[in-house]
Amino acid sequence: MKRAAGPVIRLRGAEVRLAHATVWRDVDLEVGDGQFVAILGPNGVGKSTLLKAVLGLVPLAAGTAEVLGRPAGEANHEIGYLPQRRSFDPSLRIRGVDIVRLGLDGDRWGVPRPGRASRDARRRVAGLLELVGATAYAGRPIGQCSGGEQQRLLIAQALARKPSLLLLDEPLDSLDLPNQASVAGLVDRICRDEGVTVLIVAHDVNPILGYLDHVVYLGGGGAITGVPEEVINTENLTRLYGAPIEVLRTSTGRIVVVGQPETPTYHPDLAHHEHPHGL
Amino acid sequence: MASDVTPQLSWNLVHDVQQLFEFHFMVNAFRAGTVVAVVAAAIGYFMVLRQQTFAGHTLSVVGFPGAAGAIWLGVSASYGYFAFCIVAALLIAAVPHGRGRAFSEESAVIGTIQAFALACGFLFVSLYAGFLNGIDSLLFGSFLGITDAQVVALLAVGCGALLVLVVIGRPLLFASIDTDVAAARGIPVRALSVAFLVVLGVAVAEASQITGSLLVFALLVVPAATAQRLTSRPGVGLAWSVGLGLLITWLGLGISYYADYPVGFWTTSVAFAVYVGVQIATRATGARAARRRRTLAAAP
Repeated sequence: MKRAAGPVIRLRGAEVRLAHATVWRDVDLEVGDGQFVAILGPNGVGKSTLLKAVLGLVPLAAGTAEVLGRPAGEANHEIGYLPQRRSFDPSLRIRGVDIVRLGLDGDRWGVPRPGRASRDARRRVAGLLELVGATAYAGRPIGQCSGGEQQRLLIAQALARKPSLLLLDEPLDSLDLPNQASVAGLVDRICRDEGVTVLIVAHDVNPILGYLDHVVYLGGGGAITGVPEEVINTENLTRLYGAPIEVLRTSTGRIVVVGQPETPTYHPDLAHHEHPHGL
Repeated sequence: MASDVTPQLSWNLVHDVQQLFEFHFMVNAFRAGTVVAVVAAAIGYFMVLRQQTFAGHTLSVVGFPGAAGAIWLGVSASYGYFAFCIVAALLIAAVPHGRGRAFSEESAVIGTIQAFALACGFLFVSLYAGFLNGIDSLLFGSFLGITDAQVVALLAVGCGALLVLVVIGRPLLFASIDTDVAAARGIPVRALSVAFLVVLGVAVAEASQITGSLLVFALLVVPAATAQRLTSRPGVGLAWSVGLGLLITWLGLGISYYADYPVGFWTTSVAFAVYVGVQIATRATGARAARRRRTLAAAP
């Protein structure tokens, strides 16, 4: 799984146009091996489009995109991708373990033959379920699993082929606060222990802020990239969002972004929790 | 019945079954029914999973003018079913799919086409003057007069459709559940969708020849939907679907041989009974399991 040294993702002066309108331009981005990087910014600014550009699913109008040392789109078999929140129909009668298994060999033609390969596949799936802590509910139909449970199963699915890069599009969206914290912790553990580079899209930075190596703030057609301490400050964010945003530091030195649009609903009973959220 | 002896049901099951296969038309009915049940149940499993029941219904309605037109032109109804169902499948595949607003517009278009198709079928039946009782069997099915050649044709086409399903089954399952990820994995999602609609058209055309255009769902939806209530394992679900399809067909044919109502009624009644029975049973056990989970979760 190791590659020649060099950034896992390198965008140079990248620009994407969709329906003749520029989504973003002049985006320079470098993500190093094993880093945990977030793409942040208001809704509709092109965060998901950035992931699709990395996958080569959206062509660049200008600039270059190199992923895992090759042009974007040519190394997709080494990428685990989790698109924006797919809610499974509650009536979908397919087990979580089958969803994970599809991530492993769902693109093969024909029927799986019993034998050593099939046993190995089952063992690999069991290991993945263990890793994300989904063993207990993997036998249930996925439509009946909670949002957090579905998200863990989907992360396991994305990891099935041992990717060196994991692209996660809003994996914390529509989860409650404790689940946001635990899924963020899980992604960090995968990044550090399994050595997987993670590029995560989020519109609320607080649950993942403690884990991030770099942040990319998209907004106003361009991007600001850097380590969280440098990029996340009141002036930068207020300018990007076009709305007053305050960056606070807690007594323990934690950064907290307050006044950000689209923060999850305020939970009074969880306000004293370790991930405080503003108004 | 075609014979002058009315079949009598006795308590001797072996004798009953022997009596059932006494006439060649009955043997052929069972052969054709078996082929159609397997094909419809397997393909129906994916149709229910992909929530394309509406497309299946459209195909079955379009089959009716096809069959009526074929008879009017003096060829076998089979040709009409296959030609119209497959062409309709390709047309549906060409219509871009949407959700929400686009979806409701699409259903309005399809609803209009369905009404027109039924009207055309009615016209073709009227144009064919000597075609007295035929409209009943086109709409509600018949198992009389299935020829050996027809059985062979059903078997050959059915095997072809099943072979395609075996080859594309796994990526099709992936694409049905999780289109975006499947596409990112390089699965040709669009091509699979077209291929599946054509296979579905074939299954509908086959089933129509036994159940008629309007009762296709007894074999296409009921076994699959019931199987998905019974299990959430894809392989086991497919097996259940095929098993239930065979049960429904065989029971329906058997009962209609002894009881003097049309086969379409019996097949559909058996299917309905199976579906309702399984719904009630799984709801009861599901509620019990949920209660047990809650008790476990509440325990310290």
